Amino acid sequence: MKREGSPWTGLWAVVFKEFADHLSSARMRVLEILILLTAVATVYAATQTLRTVVGEDPFIYLRIFTIPNKIGEAELPSFVAFMGFLMPLVGIALAFDSVNGEYLKRTMSRVLSQPIYRDAVLMGKFLAGLATLGTMLLALWLLVTGLGILRLGVVPEAREVGRGLFFLLATLAYGGVWLALAMLFSVTLRQPATSALAAIAVWLFFTVFWEIISGLLFNVVAAFSTGVIQDELQYLQLRQFFSRLSPITLYSESVIALLNPEIRTLGPLLGAITQLEAAGALPRTLLPLSQSLLLVWPQLTGLFGAVILLFAYAYVRFQRQEVRA
Amino acid sequence: MNPVIETEGLTKRYGDLVAVEHLNLRVEAGEVFGLLGPNGSGKTTTILMLLGLTEPTAGWARVLGYDPLRHPLEVKRRVGYMPDAVGFYDELSARENLLYTARLNAIPRAEADARIVDVLTRMGLKDVMDKPAGQFSRGMRQRLGLADVLLKRPSVAILDEPTIGLDPEAAHEFLDLIRGLKRDGITVLLASHLLHQVQAVCDRVGLFSNGKLVLEGTFEALSTKVLGGSYRIQVEAKPDGLERVLKAVPGVVRVTTPRPGLYQLEAQHDCRSEVAKRVVAEGGQLLELRFDRASLDEVYARYFQEARSEA
Repeated sequence: MKREGSPWTGLWAVVFKEFADHLSSARMRVLEILILLTAVATVYAATQTLRTVVGEDPFIYLRIFTIPNKIGEAELPSFVAFMGFLMPLVGIALAFDSVNGEYLKRTMSRVLSQPIYRDAVLMGKFLAGLATLGTMLLALWLLVTGLGILRLGVVPEAREVGRGLFFLLATLAYGGVWLALAMLFSVTLRQPATSALAAIAVWLFFTVFWEIISGLLFNVVAAFSTGVIQDELQYLQLRQFFSRLSPITLYSESVIALLNPEIRTLGPLLGAITQLEAAGALPRTLLPLSQSLLLVWPQLTGLFGAVILLFAYAYVRFQRQEVRA
Repeated sequence: MNPVIETEGLTKRYGDLVAVEHLNLRVEAGEVFGLLGPNGSGKTTTILMLLGLTEPTAGWARVLGYDPLRHPLEVKRRVGYMPDAVGFYDELSARENLLYTARLNAIPRAEADARIVDVLTRMGLKDVMDKPAGQFSRGMRQRLGLADVLLKRPSVAILDEPTIGLDPEAAHEFLDLIRGLKRDGITVLLASHLLHQVQAVCDRVGLFSNGKLVLEGTFEALSTKVLGGSYRIQVEAKPDGLERVLKAVPGVVRVTTPRPGLYQLEAQHDCRSEVAKRVVAEGGQLLELRFDRASLDEVYARYFQEARSEA
């Protein structure tokens, strides 16, 4: 039976309410402080290192994001590595109680008895989460850019800004994956504590164990290796395929290629080519942005696809849920 | 006139469990209808089906002429629903909570502001409207729930256990507010298991038991049907053995003697004077004559007692 009226009635009311909630929540403030501190620390350390090479590197602005840092003797990951670590945390924190929390507060049946469809509630919450992530990322990016200009005295060029914007988009999609995942758990699990734990468990699985598991799988296959270079290549590709099932790999590969114009391949030959270039056997060439984009197109598609799949599944589950707890 | 709420053969099953079975219900415009029944008897499920929030397994419902399955938005635009144990966003103020409801109803901002102050004043919450809802007492939350219902100016208000957990004073005030809705011409569907409160405000009641509507009608009709009469007269008289005399009084349906000399009469109308006259005429000594109206509790208890003994 067809229902009448638009499923998006009231969507913006939900989006604005959730967005305002996110921006004013204590949870968000804690995360903002955390991210701000890491951003300032990494940028400070990065510019400290980069000051010595200003003028030599044509893409010095982009290096602020990618260079691994040193403060004194302590090694610090790069800004990008930090984002790979923090975005899941933010995505999960924004959504882990979005649906079951409403049931728990007993506000869900009251909201659903207003003239809106359920579609608007879930979609609104998801869009508000994305908007919060986007706002935060944009602010962070501008902050880093500003700090970079201040400390290095180098103004980013248009092509660098372009790459930076695509980096933002990839980061947003990556955050969206975790947002959608946490939302899915908040639909399927009744208690916010359980859904938070479940989402964090998935995150840990991909951060810590996936590397080990894909390595193990590769080792098993490699034991039967014949030593022919063609086969070796296939095994390496297989290993990479396993590793790319993780959103973390997809994200780190896309930002590496987006922020480093000299990256020409993400395949198994990446190491070899870099060595050849360093040895002077291959000319160092820089890819234009369009070519870099083409290089990470599959990775970006994978990230966006994961967001859509997770959200669609959460959507179906939510539509079929009984309103009574 | 078309009924405001009409259902026919409305049924909801969860697997083997029958939550609502073949419900035929008619609620006319402007009346206060009480859905009565123990917890888990299918009241809330019925309400959710009326609002299109859950799909019936069989049968159909019409609310204000709309099918809640096909036109849920039209129904929800005109029907205010207050769930049992209504919840609010604790960190938002009463005003902000209602503003969200107004936005969901697409009420323009300026009008929403005026309406919010209006309904909060009516519910006696004007002084606390900028306080977070988390600080509200139970009674205040219930009144805020009613304000939330009235905000959209509904034709029908569905209230699920609105007085549960309130102290007698607050419950009494809340019942007055419900009577106020009736004066405004709003049709009210009130689900509750607190019988004396339902009796106090409802024009008609429907008694739910295990998903079935077993009794329906005005309170008078129900008590006549189940008890035979809705008036209670307690007579203390000497000597013993006056049952025969008392039974002969016109209007008396039943006489019981809890102990010798004490008679309890159930009557269809107030026949105290006739009782007194007959006792005296028989040469008896009338010691006490007490009068009482039957309560819904009695109807309820008696109905289930009889249903059990029949089974």
